[in-house]
Amino acid sequence: MSFPWANDYKPSHPFMVWMDEKLPLPRFVYNAVGGGYPVPRNLNYWWNFGFLALICLGIQIVTGVILAMHYAANQGVAFDSVEHIMRDVNWGWMLRYAHANGASAFFVVIYIHIFRGFFFGSYKAPREMVWLLGVVIFLLMMATAFMGYVLPWGQMSFWGAKVITGLFGAIPLVGEPIQHWLLGGFAPDNAALNRFFSLHFLLPFVIVGVVVLHIWALHIPGSSNPTGVEVKTESDTVPFYPYFIAKDGWAAGAFLLAYCAMVFFFPNALGHPDNYIPANPMQTPAHIVPEWYFWPFYAILRAFTQDFLIFPAKLMGVLAMFSAILVWFLLPWLDRSPVRSARYRPLYRKFFYALLVDAAVLGYCGGSPAEEPFVIISQIAAMYYFLHFLVILPIVSSIEKPDPLPYSITEAVLGADDHAALAAKA
Amino acid sequence: MADEAVIGTEQGEGVRRRDFINIAAVSAAGVGGLSVLYPLISQMAPSADVLAESSTEVDISAIKPGQAIKGMFRKQPVFIRNLTPAEIAAANKVDVGSLRDPETLDQRTKPGKANWLITMGVCTHLGCVPLGAGEGETKGEFGGYFCPCHGSQYDTAARIRKGPAPKNLEVPPYEFTSDTVVKIG
Repeated sequence: MSFPWANDYKPSHPFMVWMDEKLPLPRFVYNAVGGGYPVPRNLNYWWNFGFLALICLGIQIVTGVILAMHYAANQGVAFDSVEHIMRDVNWGWMLRYAHANGASAFFVVIYIHIFRGFFFGSYKAPREMVWLLGVVIFLLMMATAFMGYVLPWGQMSFWGAKVITGLFGAIPLVGEPIQHWLLGGFAPDNAALNRFFSLHFLLPFVIVGVVVLHIWALHIPGSSNPTGVEVKTESDTVPFYPYFIAKDGWAAGAFLLAYCAMVFFFPNALGHPDNYIPANPMQTPAHIVPEWYFWPFYAILRAFTQDFLIFPAKLMGVLAMFSAILVWFLLPWLDRSPVRSARYRPLYRKFFYALLVDAAVLGYCGGSPAEEPFVIISQIAAMYYFLHFLVILPIVSSIEKPDPLPYSITEAVLGADDHAALAAKA
Repeated sequence: MADEAVIGTEQGEGVRRRDFINIAAVSAAGVGGLSVLYPLISQMAPSADVLAESSTEVDISAIKPGQAIKGMFRKQPVFIRNLTPAEIAAANKVDVGSLRDPETLDQRTKPGKANWLITMGVCTHLGCVPLGAGEGETKGEFGGYFCPCHGSQYDTAARIRKGPAPKNLEVPPYEFTSDTVVKIG
């Protein structure tokens, strides 16, 4: 894409000139993430999380491909092969902990990335496609993470697989055949383990493909920014390289510090001890919980305990859980306010924080046992979650009186002082 | 273009030979593609060896009234329970019309063997193994089974009474081959 003032790629070395004629890959990189991509000058740290997500995806693919060299996807030996990785393979413990905690880190980063989008209205026109592709990436991540968690074939692996594939059994008439088809049997067994391994290996590369589309779609209108005011002139932007490569690099350093602290000092803090017990189809763990990043959705699933008309509670729970994510696809059209950034939306800002609290409450309930008071709390929180998207957002965007927007990004950064603005232009 | 138009008019109708070739080629490719899709989808269904493991025989002579054992059928637990007269009476006392999945105890057992309650040990909500068949496990509010995952409660006929599960515990196909042996599947 670009703005007319974007720097032009000018290869100087004869080899690069030759390369530019045969396969202009360096030109492509320069225009995508180099000096040829102008970005708003006011991007704050919340804008680093896309880059951090890319780092996480890289970590997961590298450690994952290596783990696959030592892992055996057979229900007889899968659990032992993971212990083999932990005890016998050189640095195997580190690679596995890096992969397991890498999944958690990926979700931390992606949830911040998503809530950045909620706050700053990143999903609004002209960036709807960026948002839609992002939701697709998130769904693929959830599928990949779920199948990866099954592979160690511990108790939580097995029962997680059983519960999640059991969701499909809620579909009327065809539910049970679909469930047996997905599992290749009547319960999770060798057939299921093998196909989950195959798909767990494949899907990350599908994610890479959708990430390329996500960034491509982003680069057509260009990045949004904390004011939500579109770029007007050259003084509103700086080239991606060196400015935001440097800023992303700094954020990457800070992120890797926290990540390595988890990997090396608290590698099992987010795991479940039950998953160090080999899978046993005859014994359900006392308290089945998915990984923490699924807790809010799990709470919504469990919030439905009563049948409603012809719909059994189980089906309602399943539909609600999937709808909780699918509703994001409608977000660009549910929030009709022309103002993007919550900085200038006093009313929406309050509801944004309410949603943040609501998601945290759902997460806490999803990780707790299915008993009171968590059931009633998740029911209220799940109702509020859907109210936020389907009722509150459309109403707020029609009744809210936004605060005055700055004239431009430059004005937002340097103030309305004419001299400063002129100096920046010069 | 002009040539094609001429050919079309020479044949005296609006259909050209090329239209026929287009339709024939696309149809052949479509039908071919769909037939290739079938084995690609069908391979995911349970394989012959998985299906072959779907029958099992259990000796029930050692199960005293009030006791239950866990067997295995299709790689899933199956509960075989010898009901006490009090449990049978409790199951028959319930107003069937008030149940979520209305079935009587007689419909769920074999004639003359009302004390032998044989069900899958798979909660119909999301597939956990309910508690209540093992020694010392809680049987829930209704004296049958209790699923610890999401709190579904089953009564002494293993019928769903409370909680998110939509159906009673499934009764697998079985028959008594003698007074002490049950063949499940």
